[in-house]
Amino acid sequence: MKRRAPRKKEMLPDSSEWTFEAIDRYQEEIARVAEHYRLDTYPIQIEIITTEQMMDAYASVGMPVNYHHWSFGKHFLATEKGYKRGQMGLAYEIVINSNPCIAYLMEENTLPMQALVIAHAAYGHNSFFKGNYLFQTWTNADAIVDYLIFARNFITRCEERYGEEEVEQLLDSCHALMNLGVDRYRRPQKLSLAKEQMRQREREEYLQSQVNELWRTLPHMDTRQQRSGERNFPPEPEENLLYFIEKHAPLLEPWQREVVRIVRKVAQYFFPQRQTQVMNEGWATFWHYTILNHLYDEGLLADSVMLEFLQSHTNVVYQPEYNKRWYNGINPYALGFAMWQDIKRICEAPTDEDRAWFPEIAGTAWRDTFDFAMKNFKDESFIAQFLSPKLIRDFRFFAVLDDEGEDRLQVSAIHDESGYRKVREILSEQYNLGAREPNIQVWNVDLRGDRSITLRHQPYRQRPLGDSADEVMKHFARLWGFTVRLESVEDDGSIELLQEARIEKRHAGIPESSLD
Amino acid sequence: MARIIDRRFDSKNKSAVNRQRFLRRFKKQIRRAVNDAINGRSIRDLDNGEKISIPARDLGEPQFQHGRGGVWEQVFSGNDQFRSGDTINRPPTGGGSGSGKGKASKDGEGEDDFVFHLSREEFLDIFFDDLALPNLVRTQLARITDYRSQRAGYSTDGSPANINIIRSMRGALGRRLALGSPFHKQLRELQKALEESIEKLGEDHDDTKALRAEIAALRARIEAIPFIDSFDLRYNNRIRVPKPTTQALMFCIMDVSGSMDEEKKSTAKRFFMLLYLFLTRNYEHIEVVFIRHHTTAKEVDEDEFFHSRESGGTVVSSALTLMQDLIAERYTGGNWNIYGAQASDGDNWDNDSPICREVLGKHILPWCQYFAYIEITPGEPQNLWREYEKLVESHPNFAMQRIEEPSQIYPVFRELFKKSLA
Repeated sequence: MKRRAPRKKEMLPDSSEWTFEAIDRYQEEIARVAEHYRLDTYPIQIEIITTEQMMDAYASVGMPVNYHHWSFGKHFLATEKGYKRGQMGLAYEIVINSNPCIAYLMEENTLPMQALVIAHAAYGHNSFFKGNYLFQTWTNADAIVDYLIFARNFITRCEERYGEEEVEQLLDSCHALMNLGVDRYRRPQKLSLAKEQMRQREREEYLQSQVNELWRTLPHMDTRQQRSGERNFPPEPEENLLYFIEKHAPLLEPWQREVVRIVRKVAQYFFPQRQTQVMNEGWATFWHYTILNHLYDEGLLADSVMLEFLQSHTNVVYQPEYNKRWYNGINPYALGFAMWQDIKRICEAPTDEDRAWFPEIAGTAWRDTFDFAMKNFKDESFIAQFLSPKLIRDFRFFAVLDDEGEDRLQVSAIHDESGYRKVREILSEQYNLGAREPNIQVWNVDLRGDRSITLRHQPYRQRPLGDSADEVMKHFARLWGFTVRLESVEDDGSIELLQEARIEKRHAGIPESSLD
Repeated sequence: MARIIDRRFDSKNKSAVNRQRFLRRFKKQIRRAVNDAINGRSIRDLDNGEKISIPARDLGEPQFQHGRGGVWEQVFSGNDQFRSGDTINRPPTGGGSGSGKGKASKDGEGEDDFVFHLSREEFLDIFFDDLALPNLVRTQLARITDYRSQRAGYSTDGSPANINIIRSMRGALGRRLALGSPFHKQLRELQKALEESIEKLGEDHDDTKALRAEIAALRARIEAIPFIDSFDLRYNNRIRVPKPTTQALMFCIMDVSGSMDEEKKSTAKRFFMLLYLFLTRNYEHIEVVFIRHHTTAKEVDEDEFFHSRESGGTVVSSALTLMQDLIAERYTGGNWNIYGAQASDGDNWDNDSPICREVLGKHILPWCQYFAYIEITPGEPQNLWREYEKLVESHPNFAMQRIEEPSQIYPVFRELFKKSLA
């Protein structure tokens, strides 16, 4: 056990039951230590909630407000069932990337757990949200809550005007395309409630006129010329399917375009979280570990509190081996925490190997290196940049190649001198969103013919599309209003038609029977 | 810089709307599940929710995803035996391989049923929907029993309006006595000493003065004992007790001759359930007697009542006579509110129907609060119906209805509900 510094302050409460005073004292001390470590955070709003409210928050994907949709109800029922039967525990916290940063604490947590959660969420995640470039670029913490209020009110108004079912069907279709409704390269516009409301009507009119313009051209009779003219719309393939629908789907009403836009914006908001899981969770875990240890060293934490904290912490960062029954892939908390700890080690006490692999950070001030790494990377690049041979050995990582064409699997690299780079590369690739999700883009719209739209799937390492693709195609057709084709680009460059969802009647939308 | 907010008391049930939407969207499947559940549960068991399971494939949310196949290269942890270049047999689906695992979990989910719990209100709502109950009746039935508050001694906390003054003052007096008694004892001793001192040493002696001062201090301490303390307060305690209601007896009479098939029985079951539900709202204790009959009648338990099959002819009067006998035997003395519910497909032995009318009119209806008869048949009214019709005019506590499906059951009870709502 480490020697304690002389006791200057009174020890923090060590009861297991929490009180508001106790939480307040913990939060003050944690804030002091966080400042000592130069953590830059949004103001913090800690909210104590009940189990049921936690399940509510789960159901609306962790947002404090959200529009209504049956799928959130389904998630609520599933969570409730799992929780009541004891099949799953609820997360100890939910933290919202907003300014002020809202952290939910469950009333059932013990006091040491509340302390852990405050350090983890209110300081760890919070500083990550504020610092990381993806969050800086893609999300606007100041406006998200306002925007969600705007979205909910707007959708409620639509439901009153056009009927719940109509809106529900539209949302279903948008949700099906949600993952492909993000800009990956363009920078989104900032959200703000006032601006949003002010411009919404303006946008309605403008969009409608745009669309009409597009279709106003009378069909050219000269089909030969068109064929030779090649594809002309969109000029470049469009990766954001929802954006394309919002701007160009011919038959949508203005309010429908606005709903598409709302779903798209929400998808965009969650986009950075999907790309920084290892970094973000690792960062938060590193900080709750560091902050609470700091408090303990100062003599502020009782042994009982520390023991309970360490037990939870150890559970969180547990990484089972591949052949264990409960192996479920790589635990992002374990990997992330280990990587941040390891970077600190490389900065403070580099070995020769570290100097060879990481000349630019070995021996630097760890806190500055941390800020640099936290601000400028996402999971994929973070692993490619900072995963050290020592960690690969510690985790005993190995890579397995599963080629459909081969009878047997092959171990392509392990934790040895010749395998480090390969393992690191493959692991990094695993977190590449482009590899995790199919790459499908809008290829062409037959402007002069039947207005059908063609999507192109670029298979990643010959992986085919999953079974639900045909359902998604029907949803796409419902939004587009005309026939939708899905093509696949084979390895040799040839094009294969995978699916076709036909819409015959103009305003009928998609026939109900085909969607059931 | 941090704010701590207690949100525990606001906005519960934020997901209620989403939950309702979910139930509405899958109403068809849920209703089917509720129907199965009704056939499986006892007619007395209406105060619980229900576990409902619907096929998960009906409520999928499709996404573009990678399917199985192609090339997957993944990193695993905890290598214990492999070297670079080793080959491994493809594990069975669900094993360690990347593509295998993805597929297994997706398929596993697809085949599972989605199971969730309907609350009592949601369950009844769907049940009532089936029976086409008017809204007023719905709310009345779904209501939990009324309570009335009743005095139950005293408690140490409550609202100021409920302070019991006599009890509180009595407590205060006791406390003052208990706290003051050592002082009083001392006071008596000092006073005695003072008298002696005055006698022996005179009024102006220092000892006497000291004693006087001591007595004054002691009196001040006695005075300082509060006259009444929050500790003394006693409040009238009130507890909520269910409204006292008398007991009810419900007879379920069903024809189980060969012509009553499962579907008709299922309809009859809803009819009995509805009556039972009504009775639970009005009576604390309900006893249910099941009588099944073909040519002879027999008192049976619920399971046998609904599930065992018999065939043969029909003599309805046998059941009515049995009911009459049971009332006379067991439930005399006016302690019971008797309700009768009879379900039949209307088939009866011709000569028996007048006897039925006789028994019902003379020996049963006079004792009954309400007697309801349903004839579950799509065809022409049978002779039993015609005979019973003669009773309707003269007996306001008798109701009958010919039905084909559950939604037609309610009119039988219309009078009954009208009375209780009024």
